[in-house]
Amino acid sequence: MATLWFCLVAAMLTVYVVLDGFDLGAGLVHLWVARTPQERATVIRTVGPVWDGNEVWLLAGGGALFCAFPLLFATAFSGFYLPLMIVLWLLCGRALGIELRHQIDHPAWTAIWDAVFSCSSGLLALFFGVALGNVVRGVPIGEDGSFFEPLWASFEPGAASGILDGYTVLTGLTAAAALAHHGSLWIVTKTDGPVQDRARRSAEVLGWVTAALSIAATIWTKFVQRQPEFLFGAATVNPWGYLFPLLAAIGIGASLWFRRRRRDLAAFLASAAFLAGMMLTVAFSLYPTLLPSSTDLSRSLTVHNASAPDAGLRTALRWWIPGILPVIGYFVFVYRRFAGKIDLSEHGY
Amino acid sequence: MDTALSAHRFHFAFTIVYHYLFPQLTMGLAFLIAVLKGQALRTKNPLYDAAARFWVRIFAINFAMGVVTGIPMEFQFGTNWSGFARRAGGVIGQTLAMEGVFAFFLESAFLGLVLFGEQRLSRTAHTVATGMLALGTWISGFFITATNAWMQHPVGHRVLPDGTIELESLSAVLTNPWLMWQYPHVILGSIVTASIVVASVGAFYVLVRTHEEPGKLFIRLGVAAGLPAVLLVAFPTGDRQAKNVAVKQPVSFAAMEGLFRTERGADLVLIGQPDVERMRLDNPLEVPAVLSILTHRRWNAEIKGLEAFPREDWPQNIPLLYFCYHIMVGLGTILMAALGIAALLLWKGTLYRQRWMIWTLMFLLPFPYIANTAGWVTAELGRQPWLVYRILHTRDGVSSHVSAGNALFTLLGFMGLYSVLSALFLLLVVRKIQKGPEPSPT
Repeated sequence: MATLWFCLVAAMLTVYVVLDGFDLGAGLVHLWVARTPQERATVIRTVGPVWDGNEVWLLAGGGALFCAFPLLFATAFSGFYLPLMIVLWLLCGRALGIELRHQIDHPAWTAIWDAVFSCSSGLLALFFGVALGNVVRGVPIGEDGSFFEPLWASFEPGAASGILDGYTVLTGLTAAAALAHHGSLWIVTKTDGPVQDRARRSAEVLGWVTAALSIAATIWTKFVQRQPEFLFGAATVNPWGYLFPLLAAIGIGASLWFRRRRRDLAAFLASAAFLAGMMLTVAFSLYPTLLPSSTDLSRSLTVHNASAPDAGLRTALRWWIPGILPVIGYFVFVYRRFAGKIDLSEHGY
Repeated sequence: MDTALSAHRFHFAFTIVYHYLFPQLTMGLAFLIAVLKGQALRTKNPLYDAAARFWVRIFAINFAMGVVTGIPMEFQFGTNWSGFARRAGGVIGQTLAMEGVFAFFLESAFLGLVLFGEQRLSRTAHTVATGMLALGTWISGFFITATNAWMQHPVGHRVLPDGTIELESLSAVLTNPWLMWQYPHVILGSIVTASIVVASVGAFYVLVRTHEEPGKLFIRLGVAAGLPAVLLVAFPTGDRQAKNVAVKQPVSFAAMEGLFRTERGADLVLIGQPDVERMRLDNPLEVPAVLSILTHRRWNAEIKGLEAFPREDWPQNIPLLYFCYHIMVGLGTILMAALGIAALLLWKGTLYRQRWMIWTLMFLLPFPYIANTAGWVTAELGRQPWLVYRILHTRDGVSSHVSAGNALFTLLGFMGLYSVLSALFLLLVVRKIQKGPEPSPT
């Protein structure tokens, strides 16, 4: 039952990365691909009706994590206190950037919110990658089962490092590049004219950067996380696990190939497959660990020692399944309603 | 009190009080917007469409504020209150996760359709979307209130030997007898806030003689929805809620009422300042025996005073608890009187000529906000020193390894950020009100 919830939480967070990934990525490249106020309004409009719903996957995923693994939620959230608070402030900045920009039509006003939107999106992408890097590297869980990490201490990955060290900065940059690539492809599918051209060029560069950084991060991971079964080790036990890294590799390759042939939607979907493959590879490699300890491996949190009792998990499954089905319905409906290229003459409120 | 605990408590108190300024409007306003859209559909009168569109704009700003200030609330259970999350996560994790799945998705999907979909949807579909949005905000409120009700009056759980609290029956948690009165009390309080805001903006338009037609509609809607809501806030929901406190948290009840000595035929205190050291109320203004009548329906019923309980069970901040409770009840009474008179004048058809009443309606604006906030402070202070009543002490719920310095750092950060948010919020809302309702979608 705990394993099933591990899969559900991993799936929800993967959906979050794929969906909110393009909003964050679009924000990251926003200042570069869109130059005039009109173009920038167009880029904001591509995410306008959907970003809020996408962000809800983070909240719902966090809620599911709390419900299924309360000990992990308590330990990780208090241990990652400072970066999470910074993420909260950045989420706030991103929301303000999108929602306030169109409220007053003055170049000074829009310029500020464009910058806030772009910077907070970029830092969020970076911090999410850093967070994932921290989870893979492990954290110094103490005897009382809790930990507290400063933002930075030693930059050499290990028990003495803080949130930011060489390795986690690399995973952060990888995430930022991957999401910027994903966001550029999203903009390509939703616009035309000069914005689309610039987004295509940015996707071209970022595609290769993402591929290179992903390979570098994968190699460094083998040196940082020394549990033998981690990464490809786990897949030798359960060969199905090879599917996830394979999905990621095919995803990024296909994305580069489709983009060159100007099959924009296919390139975007391939990038989504790449992100999903990367996320699921990490989840698969971690299992059954949830949060490895960098001090004493026996203190690691696992699906067995950090989950809520089985009875509670079964109860949660009984409402989660009927709850999530209409959600899929709303998403299909909303994305179909707002499908197609952006037409700025259509007004919202 | 230890500094880290105070910093974490103030962190949560500050962020939740600020947060609740927004949902308390949106839960009620979404309902009133759905009413306006329904009227527009029925009467085909473009005035209702313009009014709905205007309030959707105000709603959107408030909703966005509610979202950005609400996300930190969910996070803080883990970041600042990890002891609570660890021990009680098996129960409150369920209700909070249910809020995510059942309410947040519904709200975000339908908000997108309401804001951007007027030209892409049929009239009926757009009206239905506003109704679904209102439903989403109410479901969200339900799960949050259910979480709070469980902390006030824990049911459907089992405490394991290591102190972990395990869920035994989710249906018991969701049908908590505490929740059955607290939830309607909260929702009705929210409808009161929205009604007063709508009426107050309408009164402003009538007084400055711009947008007078929609202004009069706003006054009508605000008074017509506000009066029944404020009556229901008091009876039966507020009355029954107070009875729940009297029976299930008698020590909180004594502190709220400022009752130090156990009395038969206890008096109802209207005004007075509690002096906890000397165990008495200074300068009291009291109505004889009414507290006993209200609580037990018998004039000579005994009500236990604070002296009947050991001191370690007393809420720590009795004066603030007492004042908040009396402010809530007092302002509720004022709102009831003002809306009652306004409704009478509306019925007689002379309301818009009675300038003093229009002025009064305009200046009522802050009262429901203060009353709702004071009500929540009463609930939360009354539960102290417990985080989960009689199960988990507040001091055991805190993140013990997040130092006072780190908590203070982020508290000051939130204060700074929320100051900026407040300035932006006021700027935008004032601009929307200046612009006023417009006949066509722009």
